Amino acid sequence: MFESLSKRLEGIFSGLSGKGKLTEADVNEAMREVRLALLEADVNLRVVRQFVERVRAKAIGAEVLGSFSPAQQVLQIVHEELIDMLGGEGSQNRLDLGGPPPNVIMLVGLQGSGKTTTAAKLANYLRKEGQRPLLVAADMYRPAAVRQLQTLGKQLSIPVYAEPMGANPVDICVHAVDYAREQAASVVILDTAGRLNIDEQMMQEVIAIRKRVQPREVLLVADAMTGQEAVRVASDFNQAVALTGMILTKMDGDARGGAALSIRAVTGVPVKFLGVGEKTDALEPFYPDRLASRILGM
Amino acid sequence: RQDEPVTDTFWDELEESLIEADVGASTTTWLLERLRERAEQERLRTTSQVRRALREELLTLLGKAAPLHFATQAPLTVMLIIGVNGSGKTTTVAKLAYRLKQEGHRVILAAADTFRAGAIEQLKAWGERIDVPVISQNPGSDPGAVVYDAIQAGLSRGHDVLLVDTAGRLHTKFNLMEELKKIGKVVQKFLPEGPQELLIVIDATTGQNALLQARKFAEDVGLTGVIITKMDSTAKGGFAFAVADDLGVPIKFLGTGEKVTDLTPFDPESFVEALLAQDE
Ligand SMILES: Nc1nc2c(ncn2[C@@H]2O[C@H](COP(=O)(O)OP(=O)(O)OP(=O)(O)O)[C@@H](O)[C@H]2O)c(=O)[nH]1
Ligand SMILES: Nc1nc2c(ncn2[C@@H]2O[C@H](COP(=O)(O)OP(=O)(O)OP(=O)(O)O)[C@@H](O)[C@H]2O)c(=O)[nH]1
Ligand SMILES: [K+]
Ligand SMILES: [Mg+2]
Ligand SMILES: [Mg+2]
Repeated sequence: MFESLSKRLEGIFSGLSGKGKLTEADVNEAMREVRLALLEADVNLRVVRQFVERVRAKAIGAEVLGSFSPAQQVLQIVHEELIDMLGGEGSQNRLDLGGPPPNVIMLVGLQGSGKTTTAAKLANYLRKEGQRPLLVAADMYRPAAVRQLQTLGKQLSIPVYAEPMGANPVDICVHAVDYAREQAASVVILDTAGRLNIDEQMMQEVIAIRKRVQPREVLLVADAMTGQEAVRVASDFNQAVALTGMILTKMDGDARGGAALSIRAVTGVPVKFLGVGEKTDALEPFYPDRLASRILGM
Repeated sequence: RQDEPVTDTFWDELEESLIEADVGASTTTWLLERLRERAEQERLRTTSQVRRALREELLTLLGKAAPLHFATQAPLTVMLIIGVNGSGKTTTVAKLAYRLKQEGHRVILAAADTFRAGAIEQLKAWGERIDVPVISQNPGSDPGAVVYDAIQAGLSRGHDVLLVDTAGRLHTKFNLMEELKKIGKVVQKFLPEGPQELLIVIDATTGQNALLQARKFAEDVGLTGVIITKMDSTAKGGFAFAVADDLGVPIKFLGTGEKVTDLTPFDPESFVEALLAQDE
């Protein structure tokens, strides 16, 4: 539905012969299009501003090479900067499970972002890597949340630690880690309840869980369709529980996923996986270049 | 402060606040052009005058508040609750059922999400809490068959409203959208007037994708209304303007929390007020 950025840039530079240097006027006009494209992709406005400034500085005076059109030249710079901001080619997108087992992975995020599904996907993925995962049902609020995780665990034949309704989520997580030790599980995945970043009481709960079980990874599960609020949400969670990474879900639709760029730029939290479907195998490693292309609608 | 003159900085700040509320770049650009025009024509000189004009424009985009439609010929009204994954459909079904029950309706629910793990149990748990019957089959069964059962049960047991909880589906998934069309056909076979409501549930934290969702659902199955959930978050749900204006479909309710009582009929004025409220 959006005219692709490259087409729009070709339009802008159509008057140029394709030689010489990019002038400030050309670049400024191009940057307006870049700004629009990023906003349409839901990149946070403040991040867009920073980004456009960086690209502007690089583009002005850049030599237009014979084989590239000026539009391609600008797009190239934009693309490279995006990849850079997403963590660069060799980005740390691997999970760190280097502690003494069991290593704990804690999933946190807003309601409905995909935590429970992602917990099952991660368990499935890690088992294929030779780990012995244990899933933990730490959501005592959403109706049938425990059943949801148990059903997924059963489908995958992966054990799920659960306690009766009304149990304290912090205790559940502590008990689960003890249980994992007894059962010689190598990885423990905590599925916490969805919560708003501004819900003090609920945020205290994840802070308490983090303190008590000292997870190796604390991952924010964020919906790829998230808009401008992504930054505030991620910053608040980061401040509360010191995130080690994020997983962007629902990337199988047509959301451009600008939220990932915003979160990465503002908090420095790296993207570790993408969720690409509802099934338990729909989890992909993250590649910055692919996401950069997608944000640009390329 | 109210009567400051309009400056370039003011325009920039206005643009910023609209974009940060997820109004979207193109709607924001359109709004600002319109306001600049009006400022000139109507000689709006102070920021409060321009803000008042902005409120008017935003309200125009939202259109009128609209009530729920009920069957006029048949004894049973059917409302389908649809939308992408995790937007809040099942919770909204429970909230709506609770509300309609309070208003004196005899409500019945259909658990037509037979796909997602725990979806049927989730709706059943809500049904128990609010004391409203839930018609369901086994996981994996045909959603159309569940809706068929629910219509029969609704008619024979004297219910007057059937709320159908459907599976989350991304609008880009052809097969899942076809499945939804099939559910609509099942309803129409027995209740040609129905479904009276096709309500899309959109999460307030969504950005510009909301418009693509609403458009595709409208195209494929038609929409009679929008429910924006999670308005208790820090997000403002600014996509509502483009959605309502583009599709001509009214926003009907806002979800404001996880409890059954957290559903508010949409009030355009307070929505616009909340959107323009300056947060610190
Ligand atoms: N299409 C698609 N759907 C997904 C993906 N990840 C999760 N979902 C769906 O999103 C919806 C919400 O997922 P959940 O795993 O229940 O989300 P949650 O964060 O645990 O939700 P709460 O516990 O209520 O906060 C479900 O319908 C999932 O099937 C994904 O990558 N793609
Ligand atoms: N804060 C808040 N949370 C909500 C609201 N509405 C729903 N939720 C939460 O959002 C999560 C997802 O809600 P569901 O009703 O399961 O969403 P759904 O659209 O049925 O999800 P799928 O069936 O998996 O597509 C749950 O944790 C709900 O409690 C709301 O208005 N505010
Ligand atoms: K809000
Ligand atoms: Mg969950
Ligand atoms: Mg549901």
